[in-house]
Amino acid sequence: MTNLAIDVTGLSKSFGTSKVVDSLDLQVAEGEICGFLGANGSGKTTTIRLLSGLLKPDAGRGQCIGYDILKQTDQIRREIGYMTQKFSYYEDLTVYENLYLVAGIYEIGQPQAAIAKVVSDLGLAPYVKKLAGTLSGGWKQRLALAACVLHRPKLLLLDEPTAGVDVKARREFWDLLHDMAADGITVLVSTHYMDEAARCKRIVYLANGHIVVQGDPVSLAAGSGLITFEIKTANIDALAHEARQRVGIEAAAVFGPLLHVTGSKRDILEASLHELAPEGWQEVEPTLEDVFIHLLATGGSG
Amino acid sequence: MTGFARRLWALLRKEWIQMWGDPLTLRLILALPLLQLVLYGFAINTNPKNLPTGIIAAGYSKYERDLVAALQNTGYFNVRTLHSEQEGEQGLVEGKLLFVINIPADFDRSVDRGDVPSVLMDADATDPSAVGNAMSALGSLTSTLNRDLPPTVQTQIRSPPFQFVIHARYNPEQLTVLNVLPGLICLVLIFSTLFLTTLSIAKERERGTMENLLATPVRPVELMIAKIVPYVFIGYLQVVLILVVSTLLFALPMRGSLLLLMLALGLFIISNLALGLTFSSVATNQMQAQQMAQFTLMPSFILSGFFFPFSGMPQWAQWVGELLPTTHIIRVVRGILLKGSSFDQIVNDLWPIALFALGAIIVSVTFYRETLD
Ligand SMILES: Nc1ncnc2c1ncn2[C@@H]1O[C@H](COP(=O)(O)OP(=O)(O)OP(=O)(O)O)[C@@H](O)[C@H]1O
Ligand SMILES: [Mg+2]
Repeated sequence: MTNLAIDVTGLSKSFGTSKVVDSLDLQVAEGEICGFLGANGSGKTTTIRLLSGLLKPDAGRGQCIGYDILKQTDQIRREIGYMTQKFSYYEDLTVYENLYLVAGIYEIGQPQAAIAKVVSDLGLAPYVKKLAGTLSGGWKQRLALAACVLHRPKLLLLDEPTAGVDVKARREFWDLLHDMAADGITVLVSTHYMDEAARCKRIVYLANGHIVVQGDPVSLAAGSGLITFEIKTANIDALAHEARQRVGIEAAAVFGPLLHVTGSKRDILEASLHELAPEGWQEVEPTLEDVFIHLLATGGSG
Repeated sequence: MTGFARRLWALLRKEWIQMWGDPLTLRLILALPLLQLVLYGFAINTNPKNLPTGIIAAGYSKYERDLVAALQNTGYFNVRTLHSEQEGEQGLVEGKLLFVINIPADFDRSVDRGDVPSVLMDADATDPSAVGNAMSALGSLTSTLNRDLPPTVQTQIRSPPFQFVIHARYNPEQLTVLNVLPGLICLVLIFSTLFLTTLSIAKERERGTMENLLATPVRPVELMIAKIVPYVFIGYLQVVLILVVSTLLFALPMRGSLLLLMLALGLFIISNLALGLTFSSVATNQMQAQQMAQFTLMPSFILSGFFFPFSGMPQWAQWVGELLPTTHIIRVVRGILLKGSSFDQIVNDLWPIALFALGAIIVSVTFYRETLD
């Protein structure tokens, strides 16, 4: 059996009266890239903060890289790398100065050498002397990743690391994550991008602070039990709007010239389609995106 | 190096870079004290009443009663009898008395004889605005004895029966700027320590960099020290700047020990920094932090004896003022700079500051949040 980098059970956290994380059980194997998905406000960031010791859970227990999340937060902090959702390095320091600060904080033995390595690994060399505040979004995220991995953590907690980053930079970023995973680093990464979800070994989908579905991306799409029909039509936006009002159509999403309608009951879905699209339709395999749009539309109730 | 020292050093480096990387703030930090020096140096005019006054009579004097009554009637003097010259001297040094009146021996007989004796009055002119009006009121007092004078003297009265000889102490030229200066040093220090530390931590919270720091092995105490040290440095830099410029421009006397001054200011700086840390732990953004700091700054300006002479304030305001470290440090700095006070003479104003600092440190450590909760 593989070792677990994260193993927590019954994790709960409330802010005031709202329960943001609700008896959450999460297991992530060592060396795995685990995608953390869910609507805005579903509790992804809060869960990551609980795992990193930034917040104290109201209930629950477990371990992170072998340390108790309640009692051994000092050791956890030393050995994880946490990348916040919001860029959280110093904009009035240069890239190098930021990395040097981090090297000092983690007591890295040979800071210059460690920085040089991470700078070349992440292609940051042309930017080392620039103020972090003047970098573009994609390069800021690179700097944040560089700062997270400088001390060679065993576990990376990345909170939407590629939000607002262009496709090419995102692909390169994920190539880097896979390189790191190959080196045995465990990655828990939250994202709203489907292409990124598809590149995860495993996906955990969160709604209202607990896990609704989890599994590998391929079987998640296939095993969802959903039926998806594809409609080709000229007046696509109006049709999508109308489709969302119909019984049986639990989710409708536009993909360029195509409309995907998804539901869990074939007969009601087909009945609605007869009225909606007399020109015809065609059944397709639900994609990962159809599954998540369905989850989002139904509030994760399945 | 231990982990503590490594991390602290890394953080201090960062604070240092950030401090010098912001030329606007830096220029403000240096320009502000000078601007205030000029502004406040010439702009204060107040008319305080009921100033603490001590009276010493060398022997029994029936005219003393008339004189005390007349002094009280002006509204400027709050007179009490002293038992020795020493008591008067000490009262002046400690700032508990602003005037000491010395009625000479044989006063009654000299008046009756028409010798026009001198009544010596020592005035603490550290704050000229506090005592100026009171001193001008004295001029009209010399005729007050008339009613009780023997008829022989009354009829032949041409000159007043006695005269006041006023001896302005500590600030003989009665330069307002010399009085404002100690207060200015203290207020500039409040600004650079309380204000800037508060803002600096609140900024880390607001920008989200605090979340990052809290997720690293940085310990609260390391972060606190790293935040404090640059501002202690700036604080002392400002003090030196003010002292040098005032010496050159206004011939500031440095009558006491510079070392004692710096140590006393150090205590004051610590009390402000601890307060600043408390505020920034409670506040969630820069705006809140700034408002809390302003809330402290206001009474420190008004009730400390900086703007309005302390002895001229109503009783309740004086009580509130006594609670503020600024009130005490202003007395200490005035004492050391203008009166040459020694440690013994300022210790009564030092312990309230120390007590305040201790309280603030305890509160700030209790309130410091190690998590984001
Ligand atoms: N410190 C806090 N105090 C009060 N409420 C909070 C706090 N932090 C988060 N919340 C609330 O908890 C809920 C979950 O927030 P969280 O940031 O964990 O969601 P998320 O899944 O990361 O969302 P997003 O995709 O938008 O980043 C939200 O409704 C948020 O308003
Ligand atoms: Mg989030």
